[in-house]
Amino acid sequence: MDPEKNEPEEKLSSAVQPKLRRRDILLGLSTLPVFGGFIFAWLRKRKFDGSKKQALLKELGLKPEAPAILPEGFLKRSNQLIRLGIIGVGGRGEHLLRCAGFVRPDWLESRRQEAKINPLNKDLEIFLSQQDTNCVLTAVCDVFDPRAERGLVASRNVLRQGKVVEEKGARRFRHYQELLNSSEVDAVIIATPDHWHAQMALDAVAAGKHIYLEKCMTRTAEEAVRLYDAVKGSKIIFQLGHQQRQQESHLRARQIVQAGLLGKITLVETTTNRNSPDGAWQYEIPAEASPENIDWEQFLGPAPRRPFDVYRFFRWRCWFDYGTGLSGDLLSHEYDAVNQILELGIPKYAVASGGIYFFKDGREVPDVFHATFEYPDKELTLIYSATLSSNRNRGRIFMGHDAWMEVGESLTLSADPESTRYKELYLEQIVEPSLPLFSFRPGAKGIDAVTSASERYFATRGLLYSYAGGKRVDISHLHLLEWLDCIRNGRQPSCNIERGLEEAITCHMATEAYLRGRRVEWDPVSRKII
Amino acid sequence: MANFKRVSGWQWAGIVVLRLVIGWHFLYEGLAKLFNPYWSSASYLVEAKWVFADVFTAILASPQLLKIVDWLNIGGLIAIGLSLISGLLATPASIAGMILLALYYVACPPIVGFKSSLPAEGSYLIINKNLVELAALFVLVLFPTGRVAGLDRLIFGPLKTKPVGEGKNGPGEK
Repeated sequence: MDPEKNEPEEKLSSAVQPKLRRRDILLGLSTLPVFGGFIFAWLRKRKFDGSKKQALLKELGLKPEAPAILPEGFLKRSNQLIRLGIIGVGGRGEHLLRCAGFVRPDWLESRRQEAKINPLNKDLEIFLSQQDTNCVLTAVCDVFDPRAERGLVASRNVLRQGKVVEEKGARRFRHYQELLNSSEVDAVIIATPDHWHAQMALDAVAAGKHIYLEKCMTRTAEEAVRLYDAVKGSKIIFQLGHQQRQQESHLRARQIVQAGLLGKITLVETTTNRNSPDGAWQYEIPAEASPENIDWEQFLGPAPRRPFDVYRFFRWRCWFDYGTGLSGDLLSHEYDAVNQILELGIPKYAVASGGIYFFKDGREVPDVFHATFEYPDKELTLIYSATLSSNRNRGRIFMGHDAWMEVGESLTLSADPESTRYKELYLEQIVEPSLPLFSFRPGAKGIDAVTSASERYFATRGLLYSYAGGKRVDISHLHLLEWLDCIRNGRQPSCNIERGLEEAITCHMATEAYLRGRRVEWDPVSRKII
Repeated sequence: MANFKRVSGWQWAGIVVLRLVIGWHFLYEGLAKLFNPYWSSASYLVEAKWVFADVFTAILASPQLLKIVDWLNIGGLIAIGLSLISGLLATPASIAGMILLALYYVACPPIVGFKSSLPAEGSYLIINKNLVELAALFVLVLFPTGRVAGLDRLIFGPLKTKPVGEGKNGPGEK
């Protein structure tokens, strides 16, 4: 290209030419053919990518724009007012109260301040956009006075149609039995330490109250069987608190497995990876805690008598008298997630090992813990491995002959290069070994902050949020909504007593194997761990 | 006004090719984002470290603003790409491209002490490819190639590029 050679126009002092010559037109248009090359290359790439994607989706039986799965409870509304009671207003209990629409004004204020400092903190926005549950909180019971007071304050500040309004509020009951016997309670949320779960739930069944029970369902296998029989013999609606039942990625994972996209699954690996004192249940001890404001005797309940101990009270998860450590606390979530996707049921055998290797604070429960479950009839092994002293994310992986799938808040399905089913796709280069077959990333268009290390753990495991229409929704809110919807419509919720029994027995098999130091077996006839 | 009379034809050709390849890059970046349902500037903005970190975080916090930024980004990349390839308003497009690249650069500059979780395909110290492309666009701002080879030539007329006498300064030149 050599512009302007001895042009007469050069004589003009202005750089602008009054008239265009043929040469100017040619040079003016000279770069436009580049578009031709660009469009050709781009269309070829689009066609290549598009035909690959189409062939793949056809093979997978997935629609390119599959609609988002919304839990039914989120969409249904009902006019029936439900009167709730709550037993246990600790961290989890208070969270559940917020998910039902009951909130302390100082919590709202603290989140307002946090959002000012960090605009990515959406706690307040998520809370305010929750659906009105059409419930009133009429009864609160907690053995620690400040917590009971928190529950009462929350009961008077209720989310109605996106706004927090003042209402009459709840009455405090000193003993949970009085709460269950109250004629002002239709349904009860039980968020106490595990050693109370069975007895309280049994008493709630006897009192005819619907139950939302936190995990782990019970502390022992024997309690689980008793509670199962009681709930089965009643008409109460029972929901176990495995909120990830509402997680969209889990619902999709279930569809993918049912469509047979993984081939024969023989191994599922699931993990817990935490690395903070909070994550290891070393919760802060409130300065005001004392025998004067804690009903120690009622706390102990079915547990062995002991002198007052604030550590046992606030960090009860560290002792076998009140819980089962990693088994009931976190394996329970992991197992239920797998059970939701694969419908595994109770394993035949379990072995477990571990130890107290990092948090030597007087605890009894291991901080590194592993359990292996065998399902001979399903020809499958489930492995659980947990540490409380390393954050390295090890995922939750379903390993099939044709593909493996990692499921948390998002989902990734990858074909196995040695797969029988996808062999052709590999040969035709429709499947690239370096890329997943399918990935689902809810809320990928936006970023919301996850504030603490424990919260990050829960979010990555799919235990905190789901997305509806691209907007973050607390899945515990959805899980409560489902329970309330089932109460109103007489249906069975997703984590009913059947799933509860499976969860509890599986967890207790791991605990028993650890404590006995040998392989244990579930005897479905005697319904005992042997 | 700048004088281009000593720039040879080959030199012009080189700068025009520079404009075309940058235009191609911008156009494809824009189209690739347009047709990727998962793309959002969010993943980039969340990494923001430097002087505008607060502004970028504020954009992230607002879904509406984020959507606007996404569309400005996609629209900007495509428009700049089209301009640079066709040579239509090539100089303003080069300036706009510099602004866009400067924003990308300040969000995650490869300065010692700033860490980004976004994978980099090369190794960079202070200078990264955004900055190199930005500098190249600065050259294009100084050389209005659209009036040499491009639609600007048809609209604003050809640029006076050759001195009247070989080896001598043209009129008005110092």
